[in-house]
Amino acid sequence: MRYLPKSDAERVDMLAQIGARSIDDLFEVIPAEYRLKRDLDVPRQMAESEIIDYFKQASTKNAVGYASFLGAGCYRHYRPVIIDSLVQRGEFLTSYTPYQAEITQGTLQAIFEFQTMICELTGMDVANASMYDGSTGAAEAVMMAARITGRSNSVVAATVHPEYREVMTTYAQHQGLPNSVVGYDAETGRVDLKALEAAITDETACVLVQSPNFFGVIEDIPAIAELAHAKGALLVVSIAEAVSLGVVKPPIEADIVSMEAQSFGVAISYGGPFCGVIAAKEKYLRQMPGRLVGQTTDADGYRGYVLTLSTREQHIRREKATSNICTNQALVALMATIFLTVYGKQGVRDLAVQNLAKADFAAKTLSAQNGTKLLFAKSPRFHEFVLQTSEAPSVLNGHLLEKKIIGGLDLAKWYPKLGNATLWCATELNTRLQIETAAEALAAAVAV
Amino acid sequence: MATDALTPTKTGPTPRTTTGKVRAHQTQNEGLIFEKSHPGKVGYKLPPLDVPEVDAAALLGDVHRESTGSLPELSEIEIIRHFTRLSTWNYAIDLGMYPLGSCTMKYNPRVNEFVSRIEGLAEAHPFQPQALSQGSLEIVELLQKCLIDITGMDTITLQPAAGAHGEFTGILLVRAYHESKGNARRKILIPDSAHGTNPATAAVCGYQVQNIKSNALGGIDVEELERIVDEDTAALMLTNPSTIGVFESEIHKIADILHAKGALLYMDGANMNALVGKVRPGDFGVDVMHLNLHKTFSTPHGGGGPGSGPVACKAILEPFLPTPVLARKGDSLSWNFDRPQTVGRVRAYYGNYGMFIRALAYIMANGPDGLRQTTEDAVLNANYIRSGLEDLYELPYKTASMHEVVFSDKRQAAKGIRTGDIAKRLIDYGFHPYTVSFPMIVSGALMIEPTESESREELDLFIAAMRSIAQEVEETPELVKNAPHSTRVSRLDEVTAARKPVLRWKPEAK
Amino acid sequence: MSYPANYHYTKEHEWIDVSGNIGTIGITDYAQNTLGDIVFVELPKVGDPVTGGATFGSVESVKAVSDLYSPVSGTVTAINEELATSPDKVNEDAHHAWMIKVELSDPSQIEKLLDAAAYEAFIAEETGH
Repeated sequence: MRYLPKSDAERVDMLAQIGARSIDDLFEVIPAEYRLKRDLDVPRQMAESEIIDYFKQASTKNAVGYASFLGAGCYRHYRPVIIDSLVQRGEFLTSYTPYQAEITQGTLQAIFEFQTMICELTGMDVANASMYDGSTGAAEAVMMAARITGRSNSVVAATVHPEYREVMTTYAQHQGLPNSVVGYDAETGRVDLKALEAAITDETACVLVQSPNFFGVIEDIPAIAELAHAKGALLVVSIAEAVSLGVVKPPIEADIVSMEAQSFGVAISYGGPFCGVIAAKEKYLRQMPGRLVGQTTDADGYRGYVLTLSTREQHIRREKATSNICTNQALVALMATIFLTVYGKQGVRDLAVQNLAKADFAAKTLSAQNGTKLLFAKSPRFHEFVLQTSEAPSVLNGHLLEKKIIGGLDLAKWYPKLGNATLWCATELNTRLQIETAAEALAAAVAV
Repeated sequence: MATDALTPTKTGPTPRTTTGKVRAHQTQNEGLIFEKSHPGKVGYKLPPLDVPEVDAAALLGDVHRESTGSLPELSEIEIIRHFTRLSTWNYAIDLGMYPLGSCTMKYNPRVNEFVSRIEGLAEAHPFQPQALSQGSLEIVELLQKCLIDITGMDTITLQPAAGAHGEFTGILLVRAYHESKGNARRKILIPDSAHGTNPATAAVCGYQVQNIKSNALGGIDVEELERIVDEDTAALMLTNPSTIGVFESEIHKIADILHAKGALLYMDGANMNALVGKVRPGDFGVDVMHLNLHKTFSTPHGGGGPGSGPVACKAILEPFLPTPVLARKGDSLSWNFDRPQTVGRVRAYYGNYGMFIRALAYIMANGPDGLRQTTEDAVLNANYIRSGLEDLYELPYKTASMHEVVFSDKRQAAKGIRTGDIAKRLIDYGFHPYTVSFPMIVSGALMIEPTESESREELDLFIAAMRSIAQEVEETPELVKNAPHSTRVSRLDEVTAARKPVLRWKPEAK
Repeated sequence: MSYPANYHYTKEHEWIDVSGNIGTIGITDYAQNTLGDIVFVELPKVGDPVTGGATFGSVESVKAVSDLYSPVSGTVTAINEELATSPDKVNEDAHHAWMIKVELSDPSQIEKLLDAAAYEAFIAEETGH
């Protein structure tokens, strides 16, 4: 087998050297009744070309060559080619967690750079080296707030990504951390501030909102922060679309930010692997979950980097750890780091502005069609918007698919009160032609 | 701005004895990306806008951001050089062996990287119509089927993002099961040899941790187990083989004791590399377990992830699996969200999908014979190392080793040299250190797992290096104590890093 | 190393110096030596209650965390703020780098603690000398 660097002769020789008659001797510890006597029921050994053929075949059964207006937490952005050139270097791809700092300065310095850039973008003081993704990051942020405040409830906006909320519920249920959900204003699509104020009590550890929210609307973070802080609760802001930070004000009033960095050069890949990150104000540092890289010097005075504040983590605290997280998303964080370096200070803004422009045009063009209304029209938004339509989303999307366009996401499953409503996302990769074709298809569907 | 902040005080290289595997390596000095940044340099170009321009400030009003702060500005070549230079400071599997215990640092096949980037798969959106996702779903179905057969379980979820996440999910399943029977139970038993994620997970799931001692063979003390398992025990979290590399010979009794009291047996699958194709946990009484695709199934470590931690279980736990589950109706696959007893979601979407593709490619490259041979080579390699070193390093447990072997630094400690020092000296010989000071039941542990990916040549070089170091401990202990001597940076000051954490670069105050 | 004769000690390696109804508490030199370089000390807040034998905080080195156990029950009247920025003081002079001061609710608890000689004998046994 081509991954195994041994000849049969060597195996025989090695067995002899260790005094075993055959390899079976080394498996004698396994009680006879359990030893597997048949081949595993897996595909037979394949040549590399056959493996590639299999996956290429599989890919043809997926949507290929379709335009897409899907967002909802996974965003299509252009991935600069050098990201893969660099992360596929064996020294990054096949390197281990940097516990042995002297021989992993590459990984450690890159993470330090990642942490710095996340702080710059989010307006927070410290950032960790990554969490699994935005959904688990949000759950961990709530647990962090509970530890800091010693309180046990959280108040979560209904405009937070529904699957994020499901994950938060799963995490919270066994730790005595119930959460209550606060609705949104039907006009603005933003968190209902009056309802929010009423929901926050002396037992509230944190308020968690997403901005831009699931509808694409940018929340009023300063107002929300004031309500939370007035009762001693922390504000956690979850960010699902990282590119928005290029042109949208960072949530500096937040105590903790939980972000999904998938938009920074990470392929959507049917939902993973992605890259969550938690950032926070300095005073909450010791309650942060996940790995942290710190700067220091070596015995000769040279600057270097190490994993630090490890006593928060599972391998030392065990049952008292801030989280059970071990393996995180380091290589994906590296992709984000390279992406941010390629675009840089100016590019991150220019990219975000292009997204604004595309979505603005799409929102105007699509909502101009008969039987189509743009919801929350007066609220500031980034690159997603909600259309309410006279026709059912399944009908509309059927017409769009005929034109090889995947239209907006049907919101009925999570927001039935919106009636026939779909969530649309336009990024720098959506062309004018795609938008206009989509508009025509919508018009045709209504006319039928 | 100087790239290395301070002037060195070391006077010259320390002479060293090596096996000839390593010579001094020139590495570039490279500062932080921010230190190379200059306003006006660009590394990107966006295509022209084909829709009308917008005035961002006008559109966004008071949520408009004026500046993106100190993000760097560099050209493409500087970016390539920066990260390429950084990469040369890393050790990696592609360069040499990692003898890290329970990490299974095996070869990361490149075809895995290729197939995960095929356009139709890499660009699939989790919410795109299911009729247009049959390729992605087919891959999930096939991987699930393979992993179910490998583990001897009845069903599986691929949703957890890493091993610890899988442990969390598995324990949630345990809880849901007990709750459905009317008694949630309060305790999880964990051996003192367990990986730290085990007790951390139990705590996150709201359970009390009860430690159980290992016996003289490095396995579970079965008499002790019999004494402490009661109707309040939810489960035992077992690693098999244990972190000592020893197979639980009394696994049948262990499972029976637990099941007799209605408790479940959870297995941490970190050490599956000793079992694949030879024995199946489902056959020896395990009810639920997690796998680490980034260990046993060759997906790359990438400097600390991404991983993937599928959880396989017996039918009794099926109703509680995270939602959604994959369902087949005739020709088509879809996600079934109608799961009234589910524990919920543990992650948005379907899991670290890109790792599924890689793991399946690995299974296909091997086939049943390759997988079996892989396990056999892994166990052979560990025993080869054991026999090559047992005269010089203390073996705290004389039981047969499977895919990993644990020594202690007892003999070397007598000369004032500890396992951490030996590990650092190993770096000068061109190897990554083994796992130091774990498991906790062995004082001064050296935990070594070569995996099947090491050739005899590499193993011989490793054995020679360790033998040479043992000699150095006797003759020139200072050399070992102050190692490593050949690295780009010497031992880093972790104390100051923890006392006065500096966790980001800051622009100089003007 | 000499252990101050007027202090009392616990088997978890804390010392307490009682003056009137106030006990000043820290960890012993043996403890700081075993822990290695201390990087962080986690202390309760002024006004918090403490219970004899229960934890009141923790002390961290780079690679380990140890719980701190209170020798006595009572209320915290002061904490040593200096340790927040200079945890190394504990390594330098453990017997004077106090951590908390407690107003004793039950002064009789002192009698159950070890005196300097008994503590020295205890650690001699622990280290097998």
